[in-house]
Amino acid sequence: MSSRRKVLLMGKSGSGKTSMRSIIFANYIARDCSRLGPTIEVEHAHVRFLGNLVLHLWDCGGQESFMENFLVSQKDQIFKNVQVLIYVFDVESREFEKDLRYYQSCLEALLQNSPKAQVFCLIHKMDLIEEDHREETFKKREADVLRYSELAARPHQVERENAVCQCFKSSIWDETLYKAWSTIVYKLVPNVGIMEEKLKKFAAILDADEIILFERATFLVIAHAETREHKDSHRFEKVSNIIKQFKLSCRCHFELESMHVKNSSFSAFIDTFTANTFIMVVLRDGNASVAATQLNIKLARPHFEKLE
Amino acid sequence: MSDNSDVEVEDEEEYKYGLQDDSEPQDTRPTVVLMGQKRSGKTSIRKVVFQKMSPNETMFVESTARITKDTVCSSFINFETIEFPGQMCPFDHTLDPVNTFKKCGALLFIIDAQDDYTDAIRKMADYFAKAYRINSKIKFEVFVHKADGLTEENRVETKFEVYHAVKEELKELGIKDLQVTYHLTSIYDHSIFEAFSKVVQNLVRQLPTLERLLDIFNQGSNVTKSFLFDISSKIYVATDSLPVEMSIYELCCDMIDVTLDISSIYGSGEYGIPFDEHSAAVIKLKKTESWSFYSAKSIDSWHSSRLCAVRTSKSRDISNTTSPVSRRASKKYST
Repeated sequence: MSSRRKVLLMGKSGSGKTSMRSIIFANYIARDCSRLGPTIEVEHAHVRFLGNLVLHLWDCGGQESFMENFLVSQKDQIFKNVQVLIYVFDVESREFEKDLRYYQSCLEALLQNSPKAQVFCLIHKMDLIEEDHREETFKKREADVLRYSELAARPHQVERENAVCQCFKSSIWDETLYKAWSTIVYKLVPNVGIMEEKLKKFAAILDADEIILFERATFLVIAHAETREHKDSHRFEKVSNIIKQFKLSCRCHFELESMHVKNSSFSAFIDTFTANTFIMVVLRDGNASVAATQLNIKLARPHFEKLE
Repeated sequence: MSDNSDVEVEDEEEYKYGLQDDSEPQDTRPTVVLMGQKRSGKTSIRKVVFQKMSPNETMFVESTARITKDTVCSSFINFETIEFPGQMCPFDHTLDPVNTFKKCGALLFIIDAQDDYTDAIRKMADYFAKAYRINSKIKFEVFVHKADGLTEENRVETKFEVYHAVKEELKELGIKDLQVTYHLTSIYDHSIFEAFSKVVQNLVRQLPTLERLLDIFNQGSNVTKSFLFDISSKIYVATDSLPVEMSIYELCCDMIDVTLDISSIYGSGEYGIPFDEHSAAVIKLKKTESWSFYSAKSIDSWHSSRLCAVRTSKSRDISNTTSPVSRRASKKYST
C-alpha cells in the first residue's frame, strides 16, 4: 500500500525553492538551476520515494500576489492535510522582517488547518555569506525564525513548545542541502526504526565501522548504523553529495552499479541494495576480502526487501 | 649572428640535460609559463588544476600583483609554473627574460573568449616572437579560455578566429615556423584538465616508453583503455596509443574525485593524507548491454596512479585478474 505525504514548499520569490527541489528530486546539477524560471502559483510534483512512499510536493510560487491568494482565498485548499511544511528563507534577503511576517501568516494558517504538520525552515543561499560569518549569521536568522514561530503558535495552544521542528542552513553548492533534506525525509519514512535496528545487527555481524542506507534516486540518507565513533559528523551528507555528483556526471553514458574504495586504513563498499536503495559499508580493515563482503551484502538484501 | 649562437648553446644544453637523467639538479626542471591579459583567468586555472579549488570559489580570487612561481612535482611530472600578471611585461630587462625562457618548456597564453581579444592577440604574438627568439624549442599553447559562456558553434568559430588572427600577427612580425597549439578551455568542465594534460605530456621525456608499456599492458590483460594519471591534479601523463575519447577521460576524472573524496572522509590517517600505497578503487558501471568499467588503481608513488578501463560483458571474471596485473605493471613503471 502506498502512502501519500503532502509537502508544502514555501518562501519568498527567488529564495530557491524550485532549485533545491530540482536538485534533490529531478537530478539537476547546481549550475543548471540558473535556467529555472519563477514558479507560477503552485507546481505539483509527485515523487516516488523508497518505492511505496509518495511525496506530493506543492511548490508554491513566492510572489506576493500568489502569497496573498494562498493565505486568503485558497487557504483551505493549500493548508489542509499537510504533513510537512518546508519554509525557505533567503539569507541575503533585504526584507527579512517582511519574510518573517509572511512566514508567521503561513504558519498560522497551517496550524489552523493541519495542526499535526511538521515545520522545517531552511536558511538558504548560505554560500553567499563569507565562511567566517556563516555560523554567526545563521544563528541570528535562526533566532528570528524561532521568535516568529512562537508568535504564530501561541494563539493555537499547540502542545509542542515550538511550532518549528528544526532550522537548517543550506546551499545548493555544497552538502548542506543533503543534510537538510535527509533529516526531513527521515521523519517521513515509515519503519525507519526497524531498519536502523537491522542495520545495527548487520554491522555487528560484518564487524563494520559504519553502514549507511541511501535512497536510490535521490541518494538521501535514510538510515545509518555506526559501531565506532567517527570524528566527522557531516560525513553522511558529504557522501550523499559526492556519489550524487558522480552519478550525475556519468549518467548520460553509464549507470553506477557498485564501487569499492580502499586504502590501508579503511575499505568502503557501495553497492546497489534493494530495488530502492544503495548501501555503503565501511570496514576498518583495508585488506578486507572483497568477495566475502559483497556476498554478505547480497545475503542481507532479502531481509531488507521485506521491510519496505 | 647572435641568433645563431644562441641556438647552438641551446643544443648543447639540451644534450647535457638528457645525460644527467638521474641526478637532476633543481633548476633544470622545465617551466610552464602562464601569461595573458588581466582577468583572463590565469590564477583561477592554476588554483583549479593544482590546488583543487572548486570552480565556483574562483570568483573570489584576487588579481595577482606579482610573479608567482609554483612547483608541481610527482613521479613523472616535475615542473615549475610561473605566472606573469597581465599588467607586467615578462620581457622587461629587470626580469631576466633570457634566463626565464631558456628554461621554459611551454608557454601558455590565456585568452578570455568572452572578452574583446584583439589587444590580447597582438600582445601574445609579440611575446611569442620574443620568446621564440630566445628559445625556439618552447611549445607555444593558446588557451581560448572561458569557453563555457559560448554556444557550441561560437566556440569553434572563436577558436578559428583566434587561430587566424595569431597567424596574421606572427606573419607581420616575420616569424614563420612557429607552431602554436590551440585549446578551448573552461574551468567549469574537464577541458582545462585535458588541455593541461596535453601541455604536460610534452614535458614528460619518458612519454613514448610509457605509451608502449601501456599498450603492452592492455594487450596482456584484455584492457581496452588505460591512462597514467597524476592523482592530485587529474592530469594524465600518458595513455596508450588509442585515441582518447573525451567522455572517458571525464569519467576517469570523476572516478578519481569520488575515490579521493571518500578516502578523505574515511581513510585519512594521522597525517590527513587520504592516499597511501594500498589505495585502490574499483568502480563498476552498467549499461544496457552490461558493459563494465573498471578503474583498477594502484600507485607507484603517492601521486601517480594508473587507471584502466575494461569494457567487457564478463565483468566478474576479470575483476580478479586486473588488480594484481596492474599492480605488477605499475611496479615496472616506478622503477
